[in-house]
Amino acid sequence: MPEVPEFTPTPEIKEPGNLFEHDEIEMKTVKLTIDGREVIAPEGTSILEAARSVGIEIPSLCYLKGINEIGSCRVCLVEVEIKGTMTLQASCVYPVSEGLTVYTNSPRAIRVRRTMVELLLSDHHRECTTCVRNLNCELQNIADDLGIRNIKYTGEMNDVPIFNDNPFIMRDYNKCIKCRRCEAICSKVQEVNVYSGLGRGFEMKVAPAFMQDLSEVACITCGQCVIACPTGSLVEKECIESVWEALEDKDKYVVVQTAPSIQVTLGESFGYPVGTIVTGKLVAALRRLGFDSVFATDFSADLTIMEEANELLERLDGHGKLPLLSSCSPGWVKFCEHFYPEFIENLSSCKSPHEMFGALTKTYFAEKQGLDPEKIVVVAIMPCTAKKFEAARPEFGTKRFKDVDWVLTTRELARMIRQAGIKFHDLTDEDYDTPLGISSGAGAIFGSTGGVIEAAVRTAYFLTTGKEMDLLDYYEFRGISGLKEMEVKLKEQTIKVAIAHGTGNARRLLDRLRSGEKFHYAEIMACPGGCVGGGGQPIFGTRDHKEISLNYRHNRADALDRIDYSKELRRAHENPAVKKIYEDYLGHPLSDRAKELLHTYYTPRGKLPGFELENLTGEHNKYLH
Amino acid sequence: MKATTEQEYPHSEQGIVPLLPKTETKPEKREMVDTKDHKYRELDKILDHYRGEKGELIRVLHSAQKIFGYLPPEVQAYVALKMDIPVSEVNGVVTFYTLFVTEPKGKHTISVCMGTACYVKGAREVMDKLKDELKLDARETSADGMFTLRSTRCLGACGMAPVMTVDEEVHGKLNAGDLTGILKIYQEQDAGEEHDQVH
Repeated sequence: MPEVPEFTPTPEIKEPGNLFEHDEIEMKTVKLTIDGREVIAPEGTSILEAARSVGIEIPSLCYLKGINEIGSCRVCLVEVEIKGTMTLQASCVYPVSEGLTVYTNSPRAIRVRRTMVELLLSDHHRECTTCVRNLNCELQNIADDLGIRNIKYTGEMNDVPIFNDNPFIMRDYNKCIKCRRCEAICSKVQEVNVYSGLGRGFEMKVAPAFMQDLSEVACITCGQCVIACPTGSLVEKECIESVWEALEDKDKYVVVQTAPSIQVTLGESFGYPVGTIVTGKLVAALRRLGFDSVFATDFSADLTIMEEANELLERLDGHGKLPLLSSCSPGWVKFCEHFYPEFIENLSSCKSPHEMFGALTKTYFAEKQGLDPEKIVVVAIMPCTAKKFEAARPEFGTKRFKDVDWVLTTRELARMIRQAGIKFHDLTDEDYDTPLGISSGAGAIFGSTGGVIEAAVRTAYFLTTGKEMDLLDYYEFRGISGLKEMEVKLKEQTIKVAIAHGTGNARRLLDRLRSGEKFHYAEIMACPGGCVGGGGQPIFGTRDHKEISLNYRHNRADALDRIDYSKELRRAHENPAVKKIYEDYLGHPLSDRAKELLHTYYTPRGKLPGFELENLTGEHNKYLH
Repeated sequence: MKATTEQEYPHSEQGIVPLLPKTETKPEKREMVDTKDHKYRELDKILDHYRGEKGELIRVLHSAQKIFGYLPPEVQAYVALKMDIPVSEVNGVVTFYTLFVTEPKGKHTISVCMGTACYVKGAREVMDKLKDELKLDARETSADGMFTLRSTRCLGACGMAPVMTVDEEVHGKLNAGDLTGILKIYQEQDAGEEHDQVH
């Protein structure tokens, strides 16, 4: 019987925004009447939640369950009978009580709701046909549902220039409806606090301090605000046109790589249920678009594991700082650089998988294929807006070329497929090209929280014991608890590992490290749920998906686990393409060449970039700001 | 944040009475050591006084405005850093309350009362005449840095409507024709001071 690792899971600590779990504690319930139907709901629930629990739909805009419950847009107004008088109440913040009578669709409620939406539309740049969110916009859908045909209210409108100067997120204040969902998710879930309501009344903007661009403030570029936005006010910076140009250029050899999570989320953009695996169609679609080679970032995720597992073992041997912190989430890396610079030396020096992929494509692959690296264009399909920022970092690349030329989000890829008129449903499954398309199940699970550690432990166990683990599915690592910790037994040593997702949970973990608690290895992902919850993933704005994509992360993660489970290769070190690249080119993990191509360094950025406050504080603390 | 502070300190200038530590230097003395660094050390005293207390942002900002005359981004960032509050929140509070100004104020602040009584008695014309005379808009400062113009709510001097204050001095029963003369008093007074300084 082979030795199996032992795990001691500890209780869950914090849910990101209380999104997923229902309290186990028995709750007092109340009976109320909604639209003539008797409804039983836990005390303290909002009317909106009580109604939705029995399938009565009340439209809403600013509401984001557990994250933004502020009753500001007034679209969810319903009639509530209080002491014999009918009153209008915002159902998202009005708690249910025994015997309450509610009418959600009385003519008066509908009339008032229409007025509210008309008022929102009266100061909204209605460029629907040319808007990124056309047909996928919550405001548009509500206006359509309510049958608004003309807007009574005319007058002054905001006209602010579009903020479009950074490589990751574009802000159009003229489409903002001031729902403050971006602010709520940024401050309550991510705890980055970029946005705040500035000014008051008509002039009020939900914006970074001093109306600065996101590139000028301590924004981690995770894009959670983009998926929280109900309209086209916050969108990723599109680079579809540049990719079309590269594809058109006959001189260029265009290589595309797809992040592990794309295969389980792209289908959603074409109407497939959440959690549908569309790997084969994804590859086929990319070939139809004209990419010269279609590869998988899963391959370089395997490579990352080889490097990172070896780095872990080196640090456990006393070379380098512990705990080792994973570095494959660029949003998390930027968070660390801004807010916890004292942990920069703990970050793994490994580049993120897509950057490793880019570096190898322009060296190893170019050499093998006899291509001029300057003529290779690497396009990365990523679930992420932070990868756009990462690709633009000056340290990723050489003087001659950038590692990755263009990063497209899952949404942008779906748009390209639609632009090309490709019938996604009718595509026959195709396989990735070799060799950089070969990957193990370990690479696939990189896309959800806990996956990196799980994959790394599989390899670290082999490296320390020389034996393969029998058990390959560590349920303790998976799941949506915001902060997980456990002990893993390697050969002689039992190591303490932690997994955090969502930078709010990262703060919890880092504060514990600051106060002296000891861990050996931690995986941190900027987005709640990991890459499956990434800021570049499909957004549900259509009426079929009233709940926003935040609630769907675990279905996507389960699909990645199914991919891992169905693969013959499940350990990074078994990947023949990875073995080959070490034999032919890199030598061994952490070799000089591997360090040159696959590793990087980080820079402290300060909590308040752009302000030189050190000289003013009169104190000398290099980490103060 | 805003909701609670608003409850604690009703939204009016009069409602916010900062509890300043006794060590605060008087404004007259401060002018002797008016360097940027000294201003920040003075702000440090205020920050130390409120250290660890929650919900004191408005008081700190009010004191900071007294020290610096206005709240430029750098001062807001400094307060954010020292109080460990996100700078977006500090900026949100500063831009929410009309009490706070983010541009330097002129040497004199003219506040025109826009309360009901003053309005009926012609405050609008007074305001328009001032804008015209000083070539500026409400909440702006004249090009020579002499006057900042703003409107205010009822000053409680309705019997003298329409009323305006220049700094601490009250001018009542105004009509548009008086204004040039009143402005001239301050302009000449300042010219005199400068003359004294030169000699």
